[in-house]
Amino acid sequence: MSIFKKFKKKRIHLKEKNQGRGFLVFANTSEVIRAESILKDRGFDIRVMGPPPEIRTGCDMVIEFPLIEAMNIQRILTEARIPPLQIVPVSSPLLRPVDLFHIKDFGRYLMVRAANMKLTFDKETFTIVNISGGGCPDVPYLAKEMLGKTLKDVVSPRDIGHTLCGYALQLAYEEACRRC
Amino acid sequence: MLAIVGTIPDEEFPLVTGELRLEGDRVFIGSNKIEINRGTAALIASAIKVLEILNLPLPFGYLAGDIGLGKGSKGLYKYLAENLKNVNFKAIVFHYILPEVDGFNRVMFAIEDLPYSPILLADAGGMYVAKMSGQAQRFDLFTPDAGEIAFLADEEAPHPFYTRGFILQEENRVPDLIKRAYEYENASRYLIVKGNKDYIADKNSIIAVIDYPMVEALEPIGGTGDTLTGIVSALIASGISIDKAAIAAAKINRLAGYYANPTPATQIFEIIEHIPHALNEVINSKKESDLISERNLNVSNIDIERPRDRTRS
Repeated sequence: MSIFKKFKKKRIHLKEKNQGRGFLVFANTSEVIRAESILKDRGFDIRVMGPPPEIRTGCDMVIEFPLIEAMNIQRILTEARIPPLQIVPVSSPLLRPVDLFHIKDFGRYLMVRAANMKLTFDKETFTIVNISGGGCPDVPYLAKEMLGKTLKDVVSPRDIGHTLCGYALQLAYEEACRRC
Repeated sequence: MLAIVGTIPDEEFPLVTGELRLEGDRVFIGSNKIEINRGTAALIASAIKVLEILNLPLPFGYLAGDIGLGKGSKGLYKYLAENLKNVNFKAIVFHYILPEVDGFNRVMFAIEDLPYSPILLADAGGMYVAKMSGQAQRFDLFTPDAGEIAFLADEEAPHPFYTRGFILQEENRVPDLIKRAYEYENASRYLIVKGNKDYIADKNSIIAVIDYPMVEALEPIGGTGDTLTGIVSALIASGISIDKAAIAAAKINRLAGYYANPTPATQIFEIIEHIPHALNEVINSKKESDLISERNLNVSNIDIERPRDRTRS
């Protein structure tokens, strides 16, 4: 590699290693140990560590995991009857999920936006007519599974989504159901 | 040539690379066919529509099946890190992919080692991971919407799901959010912020605001951002400068949407069908004539459809 290229390469500024990581907070240590075993068996990139001072709930151990896969991991742990008390980003443990919804009325159709996800349904038939936004790979999959179905009959994103975008769509879906 | 990196929402879809082509309402890569609904398939179809009109080579695809579990995305990162050195692209666009920082960093190191500098574009998961990894400034163009520019503007948020409430995700705040995204070094060299008004910006200023035609029904339609990214990627790969390509792409995308006469229930393929018409209208308009001269495009080679009178506002 030329000297010029070595200098050029140094221009890449990487953020700290914890970007994109999250903490799973549990009630007690035995839940942490069980969760670690389940998640490692499934091939997730996780590690057990002490919690940062900002986290004031749970026991004195947390599991660090890929935050983007929060929805999938939460479902697995809920099925194993050890749902985490809290899921928080490592970089800023005090951050909370978006709780503001943006609603737009198109007459026959209503659009609900939560964070980066939008769900639009027909107000007469409650049929989901469009899903847009998001950037994780389960978004096109969720759209394929949910479009054309009614809010009542559709399988919710919580059951088949895997990522934080899926989580945001779940919030939009719940808000849409609440407005019916 | 344009390279497109993304995922297909089908667990059985293999990791494949090769020339992408459009046949009817399907995208093909090798013998694999993909439905055009939204996501990366919509981006590919839109890019091909533009490249065909401009008589340019078809794009090259790096695709893998992924429904959010990440296996396909991680395979793509690994493949790209190991194989990008063997090819030469004018532009590379990263699209729907699981934002996985380690894998992405390896791809960026591979790009840094190339003997040339491709133009880098990102939308969707590609844009999220570029910000998460601290490499937003290495990119030439992002195409966020109002919710996503708020995420870029929030230096703390690791994903749009965690954007803090005080950073209002309102369309009328977009100029402030653009400024903040640049202040915290979380924006690319240029931005197209898509919405009721499309803002084209760099770190110094808002370069242009495109708000015509205004078609309210486009906002809920899944894939209108994907088509915009596809159009601008193809224009950039054709040699047009990024700012001019961004302005033209915003106009083309809005016009294609207008011609589809959409409702909030319209599906994206109906809009993609109108891209050639919209493209011809834009490249034949007086204001965009400099695009033609910029890339030395011979107008006589283009199948020109004359702009018709617009009766709807």
